[in-house]
Amino acid sequence: MRGADALMQALENEGVDHVFGIPGGANLPTYDALVDANLRHIQARHEQAAGHAAEGYAHASGRTGVAFGTSGPGATNLVTAIADAMMDSIPTVFITGQVRSELIGTDGFQEADIVGITLPIVKHSALVTEASQIPEYIHDAFHIASTGRPGPVLVDIPSDLIREEISYTPPTGPVELPGYRPILEGNQKQIRLAAKALANSRRPVIYTGGGVIRGNASTELREFCDADRFPVTSTLMGLGAVPADDGNWLGMLGMHGTRAANYAMDEADLIVAIGARFDDRITGKLSEFAPNAKFIHIDIDPAEISKNVPAHIPIVGDAKQILPKLTGEYKALQTDSARLDSWWTKIRSWQEEYPLTYEPGSDGEVKPQFMIETLHKVTGGDAYVTSDVGQHQMWVAQYYGFNKPRRWINSGGLGTMGFGLPSAIGAKVACPGEEVVCVAGDGSLIMNVQELATAVSEDIPVKVFLMNNGFMGMVRQWQELFWDGRYSGVENGSSPDWVRLAEAFGAKGLRCDDSADLEEMMRATLEHDGTALLDVRVSPRENCYPMIPAGNAARDMVG
Amino acid sequence: MGNAEMVRLEDLSTDRSLTGRKHVLSILVENRPGVLSRVAGLFSRRGFNIDTLAVGPTDDPEVSRITLTLDGAVHPIDQVTKQLHKLVNVLKIRDMDPETTVARELALFKVSAAVENRAEIVQFAEIFRAKIVDVSKRALIIEVTGSHEKILAFENMVRPHGLLELVRTGEVALARGE
Repeated sequence: MRGADALMQALENEGVDHVFGIPGGANLPTYDALVDANLRHIQARHEQAAGHAAEGYAHASGRTGVAFGTSGPGATNLVTAIADAMMDSIPTVFITGQVRSELIGTDGFQEADIVGITLPIVKHSALVTEASQIPEYIHDAFHIASTGRPGPVLVDIPSDLIREEISYTPPTGPVELPGYRPILEGNQKQIRLAAKALANSRRPVIYTGGGVIRGNASTELREFCDADRFPVTSTLMGLGAVPADDGNWLGMLGMHGTRAANYAMDEADLIVAIGARFDDRITGKLSEFAPNAKFIHIDIDPAEISKNVPAHIPIVGDAKQILPKLTGEYKALQTDSARLDSWWTKIRSWQEEYPLTYEPGSDGEVKPQFMIETLHKVTGGDAYVTSDVGQHQMWVAQYYGFNKPRRWINSGGLGTMGFGLPSAIGAKVACPGEEVVCVAGDGSLIMNVQELATAVSEDIPVKVFLMNNGFMGMVRQWQELFWDGRYSGVENGSSPDWVRLAEAFGAKGLRCDDSADLEEMMRATLEHDGTALLDVRVSPRENCYPMIPAGNAARDMVG
Repeated sequence: MGNAEMVRLEDLSTDRSLTGRKHVLSILVENRPGVLSRVAGLFSRRGFNIDTLAVGPTDDPEVSRITLTLDGAVHPIDQVTKQLHKLVNVLKIRDMDPETTVARELALFKVSAAVENRAEIVQFAEIFRAKIVDVSKRALIIEVTGSHEKILAFENMVRPHGLLELVRTGEVALARGE
């Protein structure tokens, strides 16, 4: 068989049922083999979007997302998605066509050194140099992308090699790579030490991140927190691991987190970080971050431990395996839970004094926060929600109230505008029976709006709720607060007409500019049989609060 | 509470991240295209400075050895090695203990050597057990092998006589014993 046919068989043997991509000259053989393959190909309208769709698929399902692109610009268009998947640890495999072997290095038509370009933003990558390597490299790619700390793997295949005849034997056992052996179990002595430290803590906080979601450890996390009423907060990427209505939940922490969460971190004597990486959006000013705390850090990636904040008790491994052991060790110590009473009294007082709040709109004005609360209501808080990047993203994080893992799909690390619509398409492909909504900003949506064509023509019904304030809202907010209101490059104006744009793509377009109609319009959008976009005109100059200004400490929260 | 009392929070401490000394890392990597770029790229991306770098084959044709030195006063070596370990083609990293390591560097010095000071330079070379590998009318090429410090010392000796050119390999190292 041809290399391309072997590629398809290898993908099928990896359990792949959907791929996202765009064909071109160098990957024509791949697309020829696709005709007979038992895979559904979703034809995106831009390779960046194909990559984000693969990410959305992986976010929602936990399975590895796959995207195809051709050589040169097809491959370079994938770069943003690859970087995004790296920052947020999304299991993805990117397969690019490359120019014929003898043209490599000659600046051939549509040649780009995509392996070189993506070196710092992949978990691993490989350029195929012999046709027989194709299946091996594909199986290695899936193994590397999906195990340990997940991430993107790129396989670049020259167009002559993928046409060569090779033989393919499916692998009989698990992939073995001498230089790649993720540590999973966690050191028992360290786990015991952590349990003992917790037993002597009077002001503990559990700080979790996307690693808990990625590692499917939400149940184990809740059981751990319930072991002794441990207060728990999470990063943007960790939302949904602990239900928003859980008694131990403090809300999100960090730049737009709750005061209760940030103040608790500030006063904690012991912080247990689980699958979180102490990003600057969490720590603010590093030298004043959690000044009273000792740190237990659980992470599957040893390099995350003590990278930004030195850990007192490092535990390398898989949270899903470590947390039950830690819970068991802790319970065996039979601690007196009353020692946490005064800590909880303090936390409850912060929660009462500083709830998330906003001034209600008057005269039918739609407040963005109200929009998200209404979305929660009409979806029963149970939708898969994707977002772009900016104010609307933070308002979803604050006001949607996620109760389950994997329902919140957004670009946290890289902060990629234009992520929401294509990732919604990917999530809907992964979970066709579920409601998938994209909360978009008007600045972000237009960056990948061409994907409405994909949603319509591939019959992947996603619902776009556009929070339209006519601005690059978060940048406008920063210019207002930190740049003396000198607005620059942030006005989107009245173009496009989103309803007509949606209709032009064959989707349903609706508009809402009165808060009294919002719920009904949202229901109509959800009930439409097909892709629909609701253009919601929200308060144009609403700011997202509370906020820790960049480089400040938790105590300096404003708003 | 039992033995929980044995762990007091105030007694917990973190490892110091900066060691303050030079480190020699011996890195075994798969002998595949692009591996050196991955290692070098990692250093530049994370802002780690390499002082010296030497790459070559090992007894196993599938495996190459990268020996590099870096300053532990500036870089957290622990973080450097953990990041290196994340590269799939990196097989093994050894942070060589200076007490039990034999480290050598080779340098070639081209020194201006007119008749009147030639004898003195030859004498330096003998003291340093260096070899004179090329002689021309006005210059000598001297090969020096030794520790980083020895080569530095030789350089300081010959520099006043007119150092024309200098090339160094970067240190390579092996652990003593089995």
